[in-house]
Amino acid sequence: MNDKKLIVTGILIFVVLVTFPFWFNRGKAAPMPELKLTDKAKAAKTCVMPTDYMRAEHMQLLDLWRHSVVRNAQRTFVNTSGQEFNMSLSNTCLDCHSNKADFCDRCHNYASVKPYCWDCHIDNPKEKM
Amino acid sequence: MESSRRRFLQLAGISALGLTTKPVLNAFAVEHGSEAPSEIVIKKGAKALKAKQWAMVIDTREIHSTEDIEPIIEACNKIHNIPKFENKNHEIKWIWEEEYKHAFPEKATDYLNEEIEHKPFLVLCNHCENPACVRACPTKATFKRESDGIVIMDFHRCIGCRFCMAACPFGARSFNFRDPRPFIEETNKEFPTRTKGVVEKCNFCAERLAVGEMPACVEASNGILSFGDLYDPESEVRELLRTNYTIRRKQNLGTAPAVYYIV
Repeated sequence: MNDKKLIVTGILIFVVLVTFPFWFNRGKAAPMPELKLTDKAKAAKTCVMPTDYMRAEHMQLLDLWRHSVVRNAQRTFVNTSGQEFNMSLSNTCLDCHSNKADFCDRCHNYASVKPYCWDCHIDNPKEKM
Repeated sequence: MESSRRRFLQLAGISALGLTTKPVLNAFAVEHGSEAPSEIVIKKGAKALKAKQWAMVIDTREIHSTEDIEPIIEACNKIHNIPKFENKNHEIKWIWEEEYKHAFPEKATDYLNEEIEHKPFLVLCNHCENPACVRACPTKATFKRESDGIVIMDFHRCIGCRFCMAACPFGARSFNFRDPRPFIEETNKEFPTRTKGVVEKCNFCAERLAVGEMPACVEASNGILSFGDLYDPESEVRELLRTNYTIRRKQNLGTAPAVYYIV
């Protein structure tokens, strides 16, 4: 046990290094992104599903929509309150949420996800804010 | 640790108790997982046109020159955001013109009727009843839709392997070698573009049929093209097939094309 000092110092340095990101960034958590809604989205009050559900699961919903539209030729979605929607990312979702930079991108950047929806789907289909 | 019968039984009891927590955890998981509420309904639009197997009849007697078919091709290109590439190798084609000898190679003879020889023929995806491309696709990105017989693509799934292009005997599929967006003259914002690395082809205007409209080419054709259900004996296409002599492209390959030509 002659190397006790060396070992303890080594462990200390290791612990400090490993925990460095935690204490270095303490209290500096990036604030939740604030989403801007378009006037049209504000007027509609609710999305096709409740906001909480949309926030967490919109990608699953879009997946479901794609599957039914492309594979089953079913394009009409009736939500829990009986409202009907055309299942189209470009023509329904992005028609209301036509402010990609202030809506989609803010959360996606915060969560560091890079969906490639817009490689093909055209944002802001009607050219207005 | 000294093991005894008593100790063993104690452990077994505690473990059995542990098993009962599973249903409790499941209950929590359901509460927190936000699964889609079950009351939602997904259905066809009220105006959607329905058929078992969509088919097209092209009356080539009405086609005399390129001018007759230009507007038809243009109508398709415009609504589907089809790019125009100068380089022939990069060309994207959904519906295009072809000479008789290329459209019907096994029917062309050495001394062909001059009118037929120089007449432009409209060709497009045949939406075969037995499509070779569907069998070749490793990801089921392209498939024959059960509900209406359209051979359609899910671009999200296409990995760009181009097996379907090799399999299709009609050259009806094109590959996006480049990002098509800068080459689209006038973008139809209601229809998506494609991206580099996917194959594309005619979709018989599935998006228009869903809202009760005829395909764009049929609408622009002034009656040269007819469209309807091949499996419905009362349909317009069946009436035309009954009363006219028609041919199909490369019928001997057994893919059973659903595009018929009156010659």
